This record gives sequence, structure tokens and C-alpha cells, in this order.
Amino acid sequence: MSAKQILITLMMVLAFFAASSLLLAAEMPEQVSLDSMVALFDGVEFDHAMHTDLGEDCSACHHHTTGTGTIDERCVRCHADSDEVATVGCRECHLANPFSAENINKEALDRYQFHIDTPGLKAAYHWNCVGCHEEMDGPTECQDCHARTPEGDDFYHHDAKDLSAAGKSGH
Amino acid sequence: MSGISRRRFLAASLAGCAATTLAGPKKALAAGSFKGYPDGMGVLVDLTRCIGCRSCEAACNKEQNLPAPDRPFDDKSVFDETFHGGKQKRRPDENAYTVVNRYNPDDSDRPLYRKVQCNHCNEPACLSSCFVNAYTKTKEGAVVYNSKVCVGCRNCMVACPFNIPGYSYSSAFDPVVKKCIFCHETRLKNGLPPACVDVCPQEALTFGKRKDLIKIGHQRIQTHPGRYLDHLYGEKELGGTSWMYLSPVAFDEVGFDPNPGNEPIINNVKDFLGTVPMVLAIWPAMFTGFHLLAKKKEHDEHNHDVEKQHDEEGGDQ
Repeated sequence: MSAKQILITLMMVLAFFAASSLLLAAEMPEQVSLDSMVALFDGVEFDHAMHTDLGEDCSACHHHTTGTGTIDERCVRCHADSDEVATVGCRECHLANPFSAENINKEALDRYQFHIDTPGLKAAYHWNCVGCHEEMDGPTECQDCHARTPEGDDFYHHDAKDLSAAGKSGH
Repeated sequence: MSGISRRRFLAASLAGCAATTLAGPKKALAAGSFKGYPDGMGVLVDLTRCIGCRSCEAACNKEQNLPAPDRPFDDKSVFDETFHGGKQKRRPDENAYTVVNRYNPDDSDRPLYRKVQCNHCNEPACLSSCFVNAYTKTKEGAVVYNSKVCVGCRNCMVACPFNIPGYSYSSAFDPVVKKCIFCHETRLKNGLPPACVDVCPQEALTFGKRKDLIKIGHQRIQTHPGRYLDHLYGEKELGGTSWMYLSPVAFDEVGFDPNPGNEPIINNVKDFLGTVPMVLAIWPAMFTGFHLLAKKKEHDEHNHDVEKQHDEEGGDQ
């Protein structure tokens, strides 16, 4: 192999890494709008860049789907070398309606499936965010992340007054 | 003699006895071994996931058109409410078919929350105790009731091992029993999860077929060593309930009766109740027979006497 060939190979390798990191940066969003389930609360403008800067492994949130390996010992047994999947958004696997009749019947039929207990999208968001926020002393109250909508105010009867407090008999 | 002959009466009562003794125990056994409808639905409650937000209470209130609460549903001060000298935490009543209570168990470094509502037993004690048959266990798994036939006797409130049915004491003219019906009318029978499950932000409530939830519950225990007590409450308790629970601490530390037994409540009374049809079926026939026999004897004796008298009279002639 001549020096020229080595140089070309090196350049190609460098170009590949540069391109792939650029591609990764392009694919990795700065901001993610988590607003597919707005009802009682507004959506969340998730600062993805800020959270990736915290230095956590991608798999801390994305399990094995980013192709960067996984550290959870329950997942490693099958997913140690899993490839990156086409779309890594939460909603690709975590359903907005996990308890639809369709999904309940599908999971029951698939007797050999290990993942019979995949949480829905709402739970996936809350577990991931609140679980970590508790550990890292991040905000954990509902309205720290998403403001309540007028519909939510009604739902929780935010204007309820305890009229019976004075004469409460105590059951 | 008109009517029943002695031989026919004895034969009939023997046959009746045999039929009742043969049929009785079989029926009673069947009553205590119902394992639930095969595709009955249920809810798996995971106490490690509940954060005590009370959204389920708000959802229930809205879905069931219950009266507005005294305090907003996001007011956590209700967790400090106790009754009966501090021994009793909140329980469901006519205005709230579900309530969440907070516990501070010794074995847990954070408070735990437990949602209370009807557990929808496979063999409900309320149903067994109701003499107007107001209660029904539907094929979807819900224990529902027909308030139109409820006479307000409150037997079900005494019978329920979980102290669930509430009573509309506030209604002077038509007081009836009130409790969680698994959102049967508006949701369950249409294949939808109950409102509390739908709203839960943490999926502390998992809705599914009861048989699948049992599998899921045991899988959670297995895949998270140390997180849960190795017990799925409601899988076997009291003959099985549609709502089942996973807890990180002993169940009595979070307000459960730790050992209600695995027998459905009806098994406590089925032996006695099994004799009721026998008494109802056999006794009238038996005593009617005795009565007729006694009458016949009297009649015969009377006839005999008359004949005798007649003979004697004839003889005199």
C-alpha cells in the first residue's frame, strides 16, 4: 500500500466520522415538543440539548434504540448489541392509548412476547422525567413542567370551597 | 281414602330427600369455586408508582357526575384527615366512589399512597348478601347494582370485607347504596378502561384482562427484585378480586387486611344456606304427609267406629 493510498483511506475514514457526527447532530433535536396528549395540562417544551449536555448516556432515556448500547442489566441480556432503530421518539413504542381494546387483545395473543407490560406514552414521559428529577433534584410538581389548562382547572375543581369544614361531624 | 296414599307419600318424600341431598352439596360447591369470567377485566394497582396526585378521584367525580368536592382535587391536605379517633383513614362514600390515602410505613423511605375503591370480587359478598338481587357480577368483571330495586337494607355494607359500599344518608326519601361500578355503563362494557385508569399520569393503574394482569403482576415482581413484596394481593384473596395490588411493603402497613383468607365470603354461609332449600322443599311435603296420615288414621278409626256401631246396630236388629 502506497503512502497515497494510506492518505486517501485515512481521509475517507475521517470524512466518514465527520459526516456521521454531523448527521447525528442534525438528527438530534435541540428542542422536542411533547404535546401530543394535551388535555388537562399544556404540553412540555423539552430542552433536549440541555438534557444531553448533562452527560447521561443516551440509553438512560432511550433504552437500546439509539444503538449506543444499554446499561440496564435487565435489557443487556437481549439488547447489548442492538442497532439504532429508525425513529427513537418515545411514541414509537409507548402507545398514547395503551388500554385500547385492540392493544389489550393483541398483547394477550402474543404469548411468547417478553414485553407484555410496556407502559403507555403518558407513563413513559412521567417515569423518565420525574424519576430522574427526583434523583437530580429537578422540578417535580405538576405545574413546574406543564401549566394546567382551563379544562384542567375545572377537572380538579380548583375553585372548590370547603363550606362544610366548620360543621364537620367526623364520619 | 282420597289424595295421597301412605306408600306414595313415603316414596315421594324419600325421593325428595335423595334429590336434595344429592343436588344440595354439588350446588353449594359450585357457588364457592367460581373463578371469574374468562375474559373478565381487572386493574393492577402498583403502589410503588402512585404519587398521590388524586387525579383518579377527580376523574371518578366527573365520570360518575358526583357532587362537587369540598376541596379541590389537588389539595393534599385531605391525606391528614382521620376519623374514629385517628384510626380510620378516608373511605369511599356516596359522594366519592374512590379515595386515595397516604401511609408512612416504617419499611419505606417515602410515603406510599393507596387508592381505595370496590375491588370487584369474583364472588362478591355484597351480591351474596343482597336479598332483592340488586347486585350483578357482569361478564366484563364489574360488580354493578340496580338502585331501583335496592331497599336500603345495608346488608351489603356489613357483608363487604373491604368496607366499600357507601350509603346515601343524605337522601331522606330514597336512600340507596352507592359504590364504584368500574365505570361499567359508560366505559367498561364498551371496551374502555375506567376513568381513573385513563387519567393516571403514572400508570399506577394497569387495565387489562384479569388473567393477563396476574401474569404481568408476577413478571413485575420477578424482573424487579427487591422492589415488591412477593405477593399479588387479590389474586387469591377472598376467592379472587378483579382489582389486584402490588406493594413494596407488608400489606397491613398500607391499610389492607393482611390475611382475609382465600375463601369467598359466601363459603362461610353456604353450608347453612344449602339446607334452606331442603327445609323449604321437604318440610312442607313431609308435614303435610304426617298431617294426612294422622287424619287418615283418625278417619279410619272414625269409619271403623261407625262401621262397628253400624254392625252393632245391625246385630241388635
